[in-house]
Amino acid sequence: MLHSLVNSIDPYTMQILVNIGIGIILALGLNIITGLTGQLSLGHAAFMSVGAFAGALLTIKTGMPFYLTILLSGLITAVVAAAIGWPILRLTGDYLAICTLGFAEIVKVVFLNLEVTNKALGLTVPTPDTSISMPVIVLIVVILVIIFSAFIEKSRFGRALKAIRDDEIAAESMGINIARYKVQSFAVSAFMAGIGGCLYAHFLGYINPSDFGFLKSIDMLSMIVLGGLGSIPGAVFGASLLSAAPEFLRFMSQYRMLVYGALLVFLMVFRPNGMMGGIDFSALVKKKLGIKKRGAARNQEGH
Amino acid sequence: MFLQQLINGIALGSTYALIALGYTMVYGIITLINFAHGEIFMVGAFVGLLMVGYFKMNLFLAMACSMIFCMIMGVLIEFIAYRPLRKSSRLSALISAIGVSIFLSSLAMMVFGANAKGFPDSAFESTQLHIGNADVSTLQLLIIGVSAVLMIALEYIVQWTKIGKAMRATSEDYNTAALMGINVNYVISFTFALGSALAAAGGVLVGVLFNSVSFNMGLMAGLKAFAAAVLGGIGSIPGAMLGGLLLGVAEVFGVAIGYSSYRDAIAFAILVLVLLVRPTGLLGKKIQKKV
Repeated sequence: MLHSLVNSIDPYTMQILVNIGIGIILALGLNIITGLTGQLSLGHAAFMSVGAFAGALLTIKTGMPFYLTILLSGLITAVVAAAIGWPILRLTGDYLAICTLGFAEIVKVVFLNLEVTNKALGLTVPTPDTSISMPVIVLIVVILVIIFSAFIEKSRFGRALKAIRDDEIAAESMGINIARYKVQSFAVSAFMAGIGGCLYAHFLGYINPSDFGFLKSIDMLSMIVLGGLGSIPGAVFGASLLSAAPEFLRFMSQYRMLVYGALLVFLMVFRPNGMMGGIDFSALVKKKLGIKKRGAARNQEGH
Repeated sequence: MFLQQLINGIALGSTYALIALGYTMVYGIITLINFAHGEIFMVGAFVGLLMVGYFKMNLFLAMACSMIFCMIMGVLIEFIAYRPLRKSSRLSALISAIGVSIFLSSLAMMVFGANAKGFPDSAFESTQLHIGNADVSTLQLLIIGVSAVLMIALEYIVQWTKIGKAMRATSEDYNTAALMGINVNYVISFTFALGSALAAAGGVLVGVLFNSVSFNMGLMAGLKAFAAAVLGGIGSIPGAMLGGLLLGVAEVFGVAIGYSSYRDAIAFAILVLVLLVRPTGLLGKKIQKKV
């Protein structure tokens, strides 16, 4: 049934939908480290890049099953992130931000010079041989990632991350091992970015290190800030809006990026906390269903 | 050879330093990473090109026009895109800055086209001088000289004038400065004007040096200048000068010993290494944690 539904959508719309899906995966990944833990990362495209190239190379060199490739490229990215994060997460605030940016540029330049990534020519990725079509896989992964994010947010781990975001010193004095949690959240965040990158590589069929530059990192950051930092519905909304916006603005052809830039400024000026910032969705749903929430109903999410 | 590369490096580095100063001053006052700053540098280069190519001005006059234009633009950008967000989270202001940056670079692409433009040869008649065994063009000396004069002027304004004192007070403590009767909004506008003027001068100089002005030149130059500002310790004016020079020299030497394909990574590799040893940059103040 799902297949006939997929086939009934025209390829152009499908392309936009898959882009939105991949955008959601990336945005939710970045949301873990920037939204939940409060550590600004300006280099998340690098992790997407690592995931994309890991996935592409696994498919080309080993030809292992696609589902395993997705998982493995996520894991490889997470390991890379942990190795990078361990030394640099000691830095705070903007020093960390510029360091992630620096690492992203280094990763890009290194990939542009490596033999295995085919240097500046980029890699052509074969279409994976799977029984389920690509858009459906993306949809399934999106759903899994949303569930995973919601789970993390409500878990003990997520509460520790939020404590670090709100006040590092207070969190530390409550016995939270800040360094460890930061590296873990960085790795989880990169895991999702790696999966997003792997899907991107296989859906597009061609990747080039220059695709994962600073602007890609900024894209992801705009998604979560625009949607509302630290909010899962916000990240989903922001990713959908910004992934689709260039397509909807296509009729303006050459004015497209001009309008996009102005749009970012105006949305921020009029909704500084993001479109969905400051709205607690689970409380809203519970209220509609008539379930009383324990304690204050005021939300603590957006800030 | 060494002297030659050193002079090349200092010329490149002083343009980085000019841009980095704008980042560091704005950051020092409102702790905003002004991502549109690289684009102001690009606009400065285009205005300079227009003045030289179209109005046939001499290079120094063109640079002055470009600086005035960018001053006004910087103040306007702050007024439209940053001032309404001053009380909200810093990330919102950051995204707004990125919006401005995308807007400006696409505007430049529409107006001037996607191809790189060069300054006419008559813009500056460069001759080669021989100092020891190094060939130095008068253009490089011009760049180093103009940058030095501008930085000394900046140092004078910040250290010896009343508005400079107000700037330092505001960057020390925004609220207290406001309570002491300093017109904080005016100080912030002034800071943006100063920073943008320096970036515009840097843009014209880089445009003449590489003989190429394009709509996307702001991105990499901006990122590297930002790296330079952080390397020196963000918020510190001498730090930005030092950081810019260091990165410029390092980049030129890196290319000279055969890492030209890694050119853009050199600056960032140095940045990351320095931050690991000194987490607040070379001349940065240690941030006090308050409980």
